Amino acid sequence: MKTILKNVNVINPAEKVNLRGTNIILNNGLIEKIGELKFEDTSNAEEFDFSGCYVAPGFFDMHVHLREPGREDEETVVTGCNSAASGGFTGVACMPNTEPTIDSAEVVNFIKKQAKDHLVDVHSVAAATIGRKGDQLSPMAELAEAGAVAFSDDGAAIKTASILKRVIEYSSIYKLPVIEHCEDESLSNGAMNEGLNSTFLGLPPLPSVSEDLIVIRDIQMAEYVGGKVHIAHISTKNAVALVREAKKKGIQVTAEVTPHHFTLTDDAVKSYDTNAKMSPPLRTHEDVDAIIEGLADGTIDCIASDHAPHSPEEKEAEFQFAPNGIVGLETAVGLSVSELVHKKKLTVEDLIFKLSINPRKILSLPLPEFKVGEEANFTIFDINKIWTVDITKFKSKSKNSPFDRRLLTGNSVAVINKGKMFNNNKWISLLNTD
Amino acid sequence: MPLSSNHLLGLQGVSKEDLQLILDTAHTFREILDRPIKKVPTLQGKTIVNLFYESSTRTRISFELAEKRLSADAINFAVSGSSVSKGETFKDTIKNIEAMKIDMVIVRHSAAGAPVYLTKICDANIINAGDGTHEHPTQALLDMYSIRQKLGKLEGLKVCIVGDIAHSRVALSNIFGLQTMGAKVSVCGPSTMIPKNIKDLGVEVIYNIDEAIQDNDVLNVLRIQLERNAGEYFPSIREYAKYFGITNERLDKNGKDVLILHPGPINRGVELSSEVADGSNQIILYQVTNGVAIRMAVLYLLGTLN
Repeated sequence: MKTILKNVNVINPAEKVNLRGTNIILNNGLIEKIGELKFEDTSNAEEFDFSGCYVAPGFFDMHVHLREPGREDEETVVTGCNSAASGGFTGVACMPNTEPTIDSAEVVNFIKKQAKDHLVDVHSVAAATIGRKGDQLSPMAELAEAGAVAFSDDGAAIKTASILKRVIEYSSIYKLPVIEHCEDESLSNGAMNEGLNSTFLGLPPLPSVSEDLIVIRDIQMAEYVGGKVHIAHISTKNAVALVREAKKKGIQVTAEVTPHHFTLTDDAVKSYDTNAKMSPPLRTHEDVDAIIEGLADGTIDCIASDHAPHSPEEKEAEFQFAPNGIVGLETAVGLSVSELVHKKKLTVEDLIFKLSINPRKILSLPLPEFKVGEEANFTIFDINKIWTVDITKFKSKSKNSPFDRRLLTGNSVAVINKGKMFNNNKWISLLNTD
Repeated sequence: MPLSSNHLLGLQGVSKEDLQLILDTAHTFREILDRPIKKVPTLQGKTIVNLFYESSTRTRISFELAEKRLSADAINFAVSGSSVSKGETFKDTIKNIEAMKIDMVIVRHSAAGAPVYLTKICDANIINAGDGTHEHPTQALLDMYSIRQKLGKLEGLKVCIVGDIAHSRVALSNIFGLQTMGAKVSVCGPSTMIPKNIKDLGVEVIYNIDEAIQDNDVLNVLRIQLERNAGEYFPSIREYAKYFGITNERLDKNGKDVLILHPGPINRGVELSSEVADGSNQIILYQVTNGVAIRMAVLYLLGTLN
């Protein structure tokens, strides 16, 4: 079966492809042609007019919580993948803080099995230590063999420097990065960023130095051991500066930021809205400015949503007792385009690096290629589409978002991967039926 | 003139007119407390729930007395023995109580912002009786009322709040309320117990108790939470008492008739020496009496709004 994507701007900065107002012809889910349409191309083909949209290599979110196994009431692998497809992602890496933890090949295989027939590729980030407890190394070789793409005790930093050292040493055999949630445990029992707002609101404060200290530790360790460390959801001005300096010295450190950390400040907590409760917490204007600067100058490699679905009964609680995090997959592209592209902080090419190319590179995953005969792995997005976030329309099982009713400019329109397309709220097979 | 809000969640943002109205109304109720029959029918038929998610003796009794003296029906709800211990969510508990048709909720909770949350899920008038380390507005109002009665004004007075500012809900409410009334507020305590950015609220920070005594008309001395803080926020109780405790010797040396308030309960020999706690500068029990009048005023002003 042939599928025609009409009137699109084909853009893949990794291959220096940038074609305006052209067409893509797919055959059985594979790229057959990029260019002008001939009469014979259109016979027997299903046409989709995406005038004005970009076709980019499929977006990849390297930091999501799919909650399965363990909290299927909040999200499952399938509903999380639906959320990803709806938000414009063709691949995700899921974090290991499930129940049981992703610390055995069995759990990696289970997640793979759950995602098998889905458009969205799911890769597991395995726990660095058994049960993420920080005492004993997880079976990292076995996990890598089963397909784990990185190691992390996300939710917390790896507990001690001595375990961290061994995790980086061991993971570097497989050239896999260690993803660190940078918070000093002894300083992280607050509910919001320490500052004027925490003083006003009387909420237990969590100082930004808590993140900075672990970033320093992790960078030093990456340098000393010679392994790869990836800083998850960077949120402070100082952490951005530390990563910038480390990169200059040639240390193998990379970093991601969430859309909420470049969009919101701790002002969002003022009404005690638990949807503004995050870990790390929302910070100040100064931090947001530094993060945007870090995105623009390449200090921050990628954007990841930290998709963290939570049940309403848990989020509808007193602020300091509510869990951290928000549904991120379905607003990430809209926020990135609105806050970064339209505000002229990043070009569309830059954005594709941050949302597609860099996360795959960090995890050593193959990049989608725009060549005849390759499987189509696309995100089709419209940077001028004006829309209002509506949590009731989320594909995610959970609805916790501080962005409900927010007006955004730019969003994903369709995704294509593994011979499937999600467009206009419909799943379409692009494969030959005979 | 009615109050401009249906709730009393804190003193931040409350106008001078509203504060004045509460203090003036309290003054008329204060007189009732000295009558042989201390009851008026003002809130007859109103149902008020005292929702205490944290243990409290004096605040709860003070509210309950205020409710009874205004002839309201008062219901007490404390955490132990309630559905909370059976795992019911805060929201479900509130919805259940509200379904029994109540008019007002007095809430004490360990989590900051809990009263704000109540206003979103429940139609009753909400009064904050202390939320986490956020605000305790009626305590600050009774402090302000007591100061005004003793010194004749609030405008232009210098008031220093002494002790654990970071973990105090009394401090923040006092800062907001006193500043609105034109007083100059400072804080004094070990730097580990002074919140970051407090200076941005226009509050001076003093680390020397002698200076605090010399420079101020009023000291509002907070309770040191011995169980929580010793060793973690300051080295020892002995050291705290030595460097921040108020003694007669310190008062004599700094030679002033400084007015001393304390929200209670007092740790004798820690933040106040026993002579000071019973001495001529303090108005601790006077505050307690005024607390009932302030709470009557707030209940009356909110209860007769609609």
